[in-house]
Amino acid sequence: MVAIAVISEFEAETADDFDLSGAWKLSQLSQLPIGTVGVIESLDLPGEVQHHLMHMGFVPEARVKVVRRAPAGDPTVYSIDGFEVALRRDTAQAIRVREYEARS
Amino acid sequence: MVLLIEMSSCCNTETVELPNEPRVAGKIRTVALVGPPNSGKSTLFNRLTGLRQKVANYPGVTVEQRVGRLNGIGRSELTLIDLPGIYGLDRYSEDARVAVEVLHGEMPGTPAPDAILLVLDSLQLRRQLMLAAPVLALGLPTLVLLNMSDVMESRGGHVDTLALALELGVPVAKISATRGTGLDAISHFLDRKALAGQAEIAGASTQAQQNGSNGSAGAAATTRIELPVIGNPRSYRQWATGISTRTKYKAPLSSEWSKRIDGVLLHRVWGPLIFLAVVFAVFQVVFTIGNPLSDGFGAILYAAGDKVAPLLGHGWLESLAIDGVWRGVASVLVFLPQILLLFLFIGVLEDSGYLARAALIADRMMRSIGLNGKAFIPLLSAYACAVPAIMATRTIENKRDRFATILVTPFMTCSARLPIYLLMIAAFIPNKPLLGSLLGMQAAVMVSLYLLGFVAALATARLLKSSILKASSAPFILELPQYRLPTFRSLSLRLVDRGKIFLRQAGTVILSVTVVLWVLSHLPAGTTLGESLIGRVGHWIEPAIRPLGFNWKIGIGLLTSVMAREVIVGTLGTLYGADPSTQSLGLQAALRHDLTLGGAMALVVFFAFALQCTSTLAIVRREMNSWKWPLLQFVYMSVLAYVAALATNQIILAFIK
Repeated sequence: MVAIAVISEFEAETADDFDLSGAWKLSQLSQLPIGTVGVIESLDLPGEVQHHLMHMGFVPEARVKVVRRAPAGDPTVYSIDGFEVALRRDTAQAIRVREYEARS
Repeated sequence: MVLLIEMSSCCNTETVELPNEPRVAGKIRTVALVGPPNSGKSTLFNRLTGLRQKVANYPGVTVEQRVGRLNGIGRSELTLIDLPGIYGLDRYSEDARVAVEVLHGEMPGTPAPDAILLVLDSLQLRRQLMLAAPVLALGLPTLVLLNMSDVMESRGGHVDTLALALELGVPVAKISATRGTGLDAISHFLDRKALAGQAEIAGASTQAQQNGSNGSAGAAATTRIELPVIGNPRSYRQWATGISTRTKYKAPLSSEWSKRIDGVLLHRVWGPLIFLAVVFAVFQVVFTIGNPLSDGFGAILYAAGDKVAPLLGHGWLESLAIDGVWRGVASVLVFLPQILLLFLFIGVLEDSGYLARAALIADRMMRSIGLNGKAFIPLLSAYACAVPAIMATRTIENKRDRFATILVTPFMTCSARLPIYLLMIAAFIPNKPLLGSLLGMQAAVMVSLYLLGFVAALATARLLKSSILKASSAPFILELPQYRLPTFRSLSLRLVDRGKIFLRQAGTVILSVTVVLWVLSHLPAGTTLGESLIGRVGHWIEPAIRPLGFNWKIGIGLLTSVMAREVIVGTLGTLYGADPSTQSLGLQAALRHDLTLGGAMALVVFFAFALQCTSTLAIVRREMNSWKWPLLQFVYMSVLAYVAALATNQIILAFIK
């Protein structure tokens, strides 16, 4: 019971609960700071890689949260649809996202 | 013959006779397990067949199809195929190609499945449902299994399975493969499909034809389901999102402690430090706990030999059985406790989910040598055995990266090197503390040997990637599983399996080598060891290895260990047992009597580099589909081993003078 209470503090941090009604600007996924959420606008990667990423859920309109960076600063861990996937900077650069202004 | 024995020692699969008649509509003989990576297919496969397919907590554990009978639910007439995890029906990597080809019935030797069990992880159902679209479009009778539903519900998740079944047009069941709950749904599904199939054969096939590609009757034929545009992941996702909303899917709260653990283990400073500390701790434990265990085990083994000896009389039989075979086999067997200890640690790493994090930490370093972090997973699992590690490279998407990884994997210190390392270190290196109780001198030498192999692997990969296997850098896409507590059951099964493999190896390869050696060392009758057949061969090759600090007995050990590395310890046990001047000494004392420190260290360095393993050569040939590569690999590693051993001996000689 205690564990569930602790977890719920973090519930608000999943990508779905972010308020995405405000102003936004277009940027690269690699540029988003840790803890922020972006909405995928488009991908521009070589055919096979792009197809694979899209099958993993990286499709337009999907919400991606930047979770953390690896100790060396790259790759970065992203959370999408409730699972975590690591991408290198050069891959994340090819994913364009809508970056929303912070809620608070 | 030896090749066969050894192949089976590393990959023990059971042979199942496969039905090979063409697919008959409505008749179910073969069922395939399909699902995204790390959704629990192999755990379920083990439950349903009673077999022991390897399972662990990272995506891409299964890289080829495995087949078994459905004994676990009493349906032994049916064949179950376990497939590598896939995100879609694209042949993106080697393991995905295997899965897709089996599903399409294009894999030679594997029958096309008649029905599908689609295993989805309920913790991330929305994304996992994306795979349902292309799989349902195959038109085979399908049962959707929501795995880990117990964990989902305990974390506050929810899904309306009835609504989901109506949306998908196929039956849906909640299960837990780890606990074995909900599995009776699979029997019901198979029974019902068998009945439906009979009805269809009786003449109801027109209705199915009207449903387009959907050839099965039952739920799928009566419900009109709307599949998204096939081949378009964007429409898959919209479809999956729509379904999860309509079935009131509520994702469970993400495991907060998994995030907290990552906060520490992937921390800028602590992450790499903890990684190194864990590695050192493993070796320290192998010595501080493993050594007494091995000594005790060895004492029991030798005492058993002494007990049996008088029963055999004082003839050649006693000499063969005790001095030859028992000394040879027992000298390898004593290392069983330490090997199991090492496997326990590797098991914890694999089952907990840490391996994927290690790959993430290592990506930067791997990039500098032209590979990516994914190649780090096979390299780490090669600490156990190179054969499964080379299989595991199938998850690497880029072919040149994959080949480079295969070629350098045998440099990683596998458990077969452990016996000779432990023997030489225990005999020649004093156990003085270096860093208090944290690191002793013996453990430090051991760590250096592991590092040596690792550095050789990286340097060789760098060499390959900048010459014959040059390619533009491949992307790094790695899914991080949530941490899981390794279960006692899974860990103990691993240890039992590994123990069996080790004992079988000792009972076959090492046993036969020691018998042959004993015979050759006693022929012609009545000669001394030095003048026996084996002695003559040894003396003949001695000039070549003298500069390395090796004597002729080590030379014979190098020859026999081409089959498998641990054979050298058995060989030395037999040869020193047959030599009257060292017969009364233990193997360690006999080696100290016969070798210099330089020779001893040169020997372990030789083993760090040399490719003495016929199973590895065979698997490299199979995976790279040519003898050219394993031959190149063997020559390269042997030359490197010789030169490095020569340098080691000469440097130590100069240093001691």
